[in-house]
Amino acid sequence: MRLSYPDSIRIIQVPCTGRVDVIHLMEAFQRGADGVYVVGCLEGECHYLTGNLRAKKRVQYTKQLLDEIGVGGDRLEMYNIAASDGPRFSEVAREMDEKIRALGPSPIKTMLQKLHADDLSIHV
Amino acid sequence: MIVAERKPLDEIIGFIKDCKKILIVGCNECVTVCYAGGKKEVAILASALKMAFLKEGKELEVKEVTLERQCDQEYLEEIRDIIDQYDAVVSMACGVGVQFMAEKYQSMPVYPALNTLFMGGAEEMGVWSERCQGCGQCILGQTAGICPITRCAKRLLNGPCGGSTQGHCEINKDLPCAWQLILDRLKALGRLDDYDRLISIKDWSTERSGGPRKIVREDLQQ
Ligand code: SF4
Ligand code: SF4
Repeated sequence: MRLSYPDSIRIIQVPCTGRVDVIHLMEAFQRGADGVYVVGCLEGECHYLTGNLRAKKRVQYTKQLLDEIGVGGDRLEMYNIAASDGPRFSEVAREMDEKIRALGPSPIKTMLQKLHADDLSIHV
Repeated sequence: MIVAERKPLDEIIGFIKDCKKILIVGCNECVTVCYAGGKKEVAILASALKMAFLKEGKELEVKEVTLERQCDQEYLEEIRDIIDQYDAVVSMACGVGVQFMAEKYQSMPVYPALNTLFMGGAEEMGVWSERCQGCGQCILGQTAGICPITRCAKRLLNGPCGGSTQGHCEINKDLPCAWQLILDRLKALGRLDDYDRLISIKDWSTERSGGPRKIVREDLQQ
């Protein structure tokens, strides 16, 4: 399967979505990500039993925080995809890419670019 | 432990909206275990505040520190050398910690990031409930280890009111009736005699209604 997904997406690997904490998601936005999505195994199929269920709740919590500060909780999503389901992975990637493009750039990224226009150390 | 929860971000932003540099101070004890104001929550709040400011085109400099305890002079001293560099302190301790901080650093604006709720414990992960109201004269010895002052909505001392229905309190059907719990436990302990013994009129002057309380132990004073 030579499936492709949009090259705007940067993959960060974690051993289990249960490892993903609120602060990790927040920092991604703080550094200028336009959107973030967490991809876990199917519910009920977590190798560590509840890692993906806990990730789902943390994503929910972080969405609220993002709403509260006006960045927008809809820039963050959680998906559950079977490890072997390549086609669905690439479909979700395109879906998320489209959704974030429709939302436009994150206000954080826009401001970072404006405030640090000549600072090359910030890549957003 | 003292159980607290974070204030809405809007309220915290309101406190510091004119600041450029703030110090967020967490506490390593009660509020760490109730996930309200420990190191992790300090980092999340710092990140949220920075983004909220950035969104408005402003940059907020935040220093994150988590002290062992904020209700302790010794640990509060640890920030003496850096505190003056900031426009304000946002304390993520309970109300006690916030006040100790404000008393120690008189010229520094200190704002609370939490709403302090009660003395309680974790029933399970993510669920905390109240257990003690610090009445100053503990009666748990007569009430099978269950506090009617805290857990009975009416603070009754001698058995349930008429609203106790099938083990539940009349104010909320999800709330167990404290006196039903006490009775059940006395029965299980074979101590129903305790139930027949009247608890005399309580002296509430040792409770909050007697004004702010204080303990002085001369054997420990320096
Ligand atoms: S400051 Fe408050 S939260 Fe921190 S240890 Fe003291 S009582 Fe507990
Ligand atoms: S009787 Fe008083 S001290 Fe004892 S648990 Fe209840 S409120 Fe606390």
